[in-house]
Amino acid sequence: MPGPYLDFEKPLVELESHIEDLRALADGQDLQVRDELRRLESKAEDLRRKVYGNLSRWQRVMLARHPARPYTLDYVERVFTDWTELHGDRLYRDDPAIVGGLARLDGEPVMVIGHQKGRETRDNIARNFGMPHPEGYRKALRLMETAARFGRPIITLVDTPGAYPGVGAEERGQAEAIARNLREMARLPVPVIAVITGEGGSGGALALAVGDRVLMLEHAVYAVISPEGCASILWKDAAKKAEAAEALRLTSEDLARQGVIDRIVSEPLGGAHRNVEAMATELRRVLIEELAALRAQPPGVLVERRLEKYARMGTWREEAAP
Amino acid sequence: MTWWQREKTGLKPQPKGSRREIADELWVKCSSCGEILFRQELVKQRWVCPKCRFHFRVSAHEYLGFLLDEGSFAETHRGLLSEDPLEFRAGKDRYRDKLIQARQATGLEDAVITGRGKVEGRPVIVAVMDFNFLGGSMGSVVGEKVARAIGDSLAARQPLIIVSQSGGARMQESILSLMQMAKTSALLGRLRDAAVPFISILTHPTTGGVTASFAMLGDLVLAEPRALVGFAGPRVIQQTIQAELPEGFQTSEFLLEHGMVDRVVDRHELRRVLDRALAFLTWSEAARGRREGGAVRLDDGPRLAIRGGDEAAPRRATGGGPEGHDASA
Ligand SMILES: [Zn+2]
Repeated sequence: MPGPYLDFEKPLVELESHIEDLRALADGQDLQVRDELRRLESKAEDLRRKVYGNLSRWQRVMLARHPARPYTLDYVERVFTDWTELHGDRLYRDDPAIVGGLARLDGEPVMVIGHQKGRETRDNIARNFGMPHPEGYRKALRLMETAARFGRPIITLVDTPGAYPGVGAEERGQAEAIARNLREMARLPVPVIAVITGEGGSGGALALAVGDRVLMLEHAVYAVISPEGCASILWKDAAKKAEAAEALRLTSEDLARQGVIDRIVSEPLGGAHRNVEAMATELRRVLIEELAALRAQPPGVLVERRLEKYARMGTWREEAAP
Repeated sequence: MTWWQREKTGLKPQPKGSRREIADELWVKCSSCGEILFRQELVKQRWVCPKCRFHFRVSAHEYLGFLLDEGSFAETHRGLLSEDPLEFRAGKDRYRDKLIQARQATGLEDAVITGRGKVEGRPVIVAVMDFNFLGGSMGSVVGEKVARAIGDSLAARQPLIIVSQSGGARMQESILSLMQMAKTSALLGRLRDAAVPFISILTHPTTGGVTASFAMLGDLVLAEPRALVGFAGPRVIQQTIQAELPEGFQTSEFLLEHGMVDRVVDRHELRRVLDRALAFLTWSEAARGRREGGAVRLDDGPRLAIRGGDEAAPRRATGGGPEGHDASA
């Protein structure tokens, strides 16, 4: 298993590295070692199912934030071809926390836009940990409108702790940038597919996630506020993040149940980071399928259905007015 | 030190929670400048501090009194109640109980009142939020009532006025409250397409998911003096950047300076400004004629894009080259 791991993955990582060591030592001829390897591998498989099959919602959050989890550009190079990144909002600057550009999905031109986290500290600082400024959202909208003008579908990949809460972001209208994206994405006359790939952090995620189809990777999470933020406000104690994660119902299954997302994309056992190639292959398959279905609908119908979908969102009861 | 920072240092700012708490007090201390004010006089002044012009937070019903012609208000969409879809509880605090308490304390059903009324004789559709109801937070009911107000506005082709006052999305409804941002914003797109005016009025405080959806999408965005308006809360920003925030950060005046609102409007001038705005934001007969004659409106931008997208986009019919694989070519 590559790279860093989470606490609950530790027994598995230890067992796996033990297997690796044993395999390296033995040349595979020793019957006893072969038996032992077989035994350990079956044990690892059981452990994998046990560890990843019963994750708490907080552990799911950890998995969604896993440092080895694939980010937008990891998917871009595996799912699409002819990637040509485009930059800037034409107003202020280029925000590296959001990437966007031309690509092809199974030969068809599409605009791909997504949050981008960094892998190492320096890269992460440059990417602002995937937390966009207003110019990131404005770049995204500019690219979406460009795609719409030429009838090209739009695919967004969503993975952010949230829109950046900073002085410059407020000065340049973080709220306005998000709000405008929500309004405009709802009426883009081309197919829009959004995929929550990791952290769906509130308005900062939603500003790239208004679409005809909203998909969610199995271990992604999506909520109105981070568990930490929710805990510190409602529990008055940030340490209650696990309780808050439970209460927020933020897993892909939770959201599918509430009708907020349209489809769950299954991940390799243990999560996307454990087999990025398999994850990308599955995502590509699903995107091609989804896009074909949307392509069959005239733009007017598409926009009308999208609007109706969002107009229905929510749950309330209605009593006769007193 | 900005005025909202003073809140934390003990100069109690807003009458804490509901204005009810000070209803019996003869004197009120200004949240912003600390001046001691005679309550009766303050009521007469529409809760505007005569010294520093700070606009006190008022209930939705009181605000309707400032906004509309006397006796013109008729409430709509009553009877919508939150469902507590997640059976949300934080420790011992159940959302369900909080809702009941808020209803009892405010006499409201949720954090927004919608209705019809008139401003200087002009019919309008209004939605006015109330911070006293769970911090004016937006859950499914607020989203639905705002959505219905947009629908009313569209159906009657009457201007929409929304007065915002909110801490943001309602956490206890989690993802569904987030979706109310998309819902209300998407429907405002339809209002915009129909050229029905929407005026957004920001009052103290307007933050989070409400700012990042309908509140910032007005044809005009007006703000009351010295109101706190922003996306992230000042405390979150301070924790993030670990530095002092600039003087006057996230006030209406700050937003005005940075080009984010059209005007900062005193409560006493509000109706006059609205009257002028509403007179302007109405299609004149001449313009209607031009429009029907097929002339291009400024607002046609996005729709021209639509036509370009599905009908008129020049398709390159190259046999080879990079475009050659284009299935739609
Ligand atoms: Zn004062």
